Amino acid sequence: MKHLLRRVAFYLFTAWAAITLNFFIPRLIPGDPVRSMISRYQGQLNADAIQSLYILFGLDEKKSLWQQYVEYWSQLLHGDLGLSFTFFPAPVSQVIGDSIGWTVTLVGITTVVSFAIGTLLGVLAGWRRGSWVDGLLPATTFLSSIPYFWLGLIAITLLAGPGSFFPSSGGYEPGLVPAWDQWFIGSAVQHSILPAFTILISSVSGWILSMRNMMVTVAAEDYITVAHAKGLPERRVALAYAARNALLPNVSGFALSLGFIVGGTLLVEIVFSYPGLGFQLFQAVGAKDYPLMQGVFLVITLSVLAANLLADLAYLALDPRTRKEG
Amino acid sequence: MSTPSAVEVVPVAAKRQPFRFIANKKAATGVAIVGFFVLLAIIGPWIAPYDASARSSDLLQPPSGAHWFGTTHLGQDVFSQILVGTRGVVFVGFLAGVIATVLSVIVGVTAGYLGGAADDSLSALSNVFLVIPALPLIIIITSLLERSTDLMIALVIGLTSWAWNARVLRAQTLSLRRRDYVEAARATGESTWRVIFFEILPNLTAIIASGFVGTVIFAVMSEITLAFIGITTVSEWNWGTILFWAQGQQALASGAWWWFVPAGLAIAILGTALSLVNFGIDEFVSPRLRSAGKTTIKTASGHTVRMRVGFTPVLRTTPLGTRPVSPHAPAVPLDAVDLGVDVDREEKELA
Repeated sequence: MKHLLRRVAFYLFTAWAAITLNFFIPRLIPGDPVRSMISRYQGQLNADAIQSLYILFGLDEKKSLWQQYVEYWSQLLHGDLGLSFTFFPAPVSQVIGDSIGWTVTLVGITTVVSFAIGTLLGVLAGWRRGSWVDGLLPATTFLSSIPYFWLGLIAITLLAGPGSFFPSSGGYEPGLVPAWDQWFIGSAVQHSILPAFTILISSVSGWILSMRNMMVTVAAEDYITVAHAKGLPERRVALAYAARNALLPNVSGFALSLGFIVGGTLLVEIVFSYPGLGFQLFQAVGAKDYPLMQGVFLVITLSVLAANLLADLAYLALDPRTRKEG
Repeated sequence: MSTPSAVEVVPVAAKRQPFRFIANKKAATGVAIVGFFVLLAIIGPWIAPYDASARSSDLLQPPSGAHWFGTTHLGQDVFSQILVGTRGVVFVGFLAGVIATVLSVIVGVTAGYLGGAADDSLSALSNVFLVIPALPLIIIITSLLERSTDLMIALVIGLTSWAWNARVLRAQTLSLRRRDYVEAARATGESTWRVIFFEILPNLTAIIASGFVGTVIFAVMSEITLAFIGITTVSEWNWGTILFWAQGQQALASGAWWWFVPAGLAIAILGTALSLVNFGIDEFVSPRLRSAGKTTIKTASGHTVRMRVGFTPVLRTTPLGTRPVSPHAPAVPLDAVDLGVDVDREEKELA
């Protein structure tokens, strides 16, 4: 329990740090982005929006930094992330709300599948060290060295295109209305196969490698020798004795590498024009839509924190040592 | 004291083998490829056959003798762009690696060695940087910069990607600081700085090196990503810029594969080479991780037996217990050897 509380405290602290970072980054920009915004949207921005922008960018010179910080928090706690420039006058929170589901589904499913496949292959590679499985390592290393977006582009060229089963962009058929019916879900699944595969191929090798290395280390432990000596079947020793103990560091690695995976996923979304957060971020960057950029960053960070907390809970369930009081 | 049969001991000066690390095949391959790219980074702009930005009338030509990697929609030579672009990639990668490594050593070793409040605050700091997704952060900071030169990008990447190494270094320092030789150094009155620089740091070399290589990989990928999504200045060539233009001009849709493939392969090869160096370092430090080489033995009776880690076959040439196996035991034909494995069962499980 104490361990859990400490983790929760840490995540709260990190969330605070991320939000504060988000507050300070735009204040370091030289120049006046709001004025250039106002001139771009001549007359379309009302006084409230302009005021909100000034607060967001910290260019409200009448106020002290501390007052700005307090106002920023109060905006944030009201769920107000400012107004998007590109989707003006839609608020950032609405734009993000529309796209977050796509990203969470895509990242969530591919990450879990990639972790499962990678771990299983890693168990095999570690246990069968010196057999053909060793050849798996250079191959997967090469695949993981290819940038996500390039792999995505190649996948689009080779597999997608006119007449192909795989669509090359978007999250669903343009004519469909998002709803929980068979047409929409079918179309969404069809659109997500290629992006999911791209992420899977790029991210699986990390799991294979770390699991293999843990297996090799664990396989030299005395209890493995004892298990062999007891005459237990090979499969049982490999899975119930070695893999079970080798898995633990991989679970904590899972939590830590989520940030990297999310970063890679953003790129895949950009390449496939998948309507998730990464694509929004890409569009925001192109249009210099600072409120949207910051909102996306904040939401991504908070989601990664939440996912980390979940991984911590899983770790707590798996490792009895963390449950010990004291 | 000496007897006639005593072996004369000839003192041999202990030989240092500073490049023993290269003896590892993976590491040697990796170092060679990375060296090749570093060389290209230095001489690339000079040996490029064309000016990378110069337009010509050969629009979108496939690879040929005149243009090895073909041309772009403006008639620019892709091969020259790759050569010129190598410098930016290697420069940013290594500079960011150096910055991140220095930071991680300072934070990690200080936290691990000093302990207490310094440890708590530094660990919290590196954990925060670890959990915040790096790429979106880098994208946001870079897009806010007025002028995003290679130097600025290297700084941004270096300053945001040190946390993982700091964490690893802290853990290792924690385990080193209570070792006997460190205690001894402290007991003899060595200053804290001397203990850190002369007792602890040399023993962290391998971890620092592999952390450095890992950061270089990450920095190269990030830089190319930034260029690809068009945040950095497009006037400076790097592999990501090439991909940016290729994507912007729908190169793949128009079948201009030569515009995409060389840059992507260059990235993948450089990344693989750096990973190989890292494997080499890992295996150098922890020999267990090495590929085990040939582990299967074919017995004369036609069975295949596989050796495993953590599993020691026992040579049993005579009924158990009658004669210990000594190093001077005569060679035994393999089919007479009972490896202590139920071969048939082993093979059933393999299937």
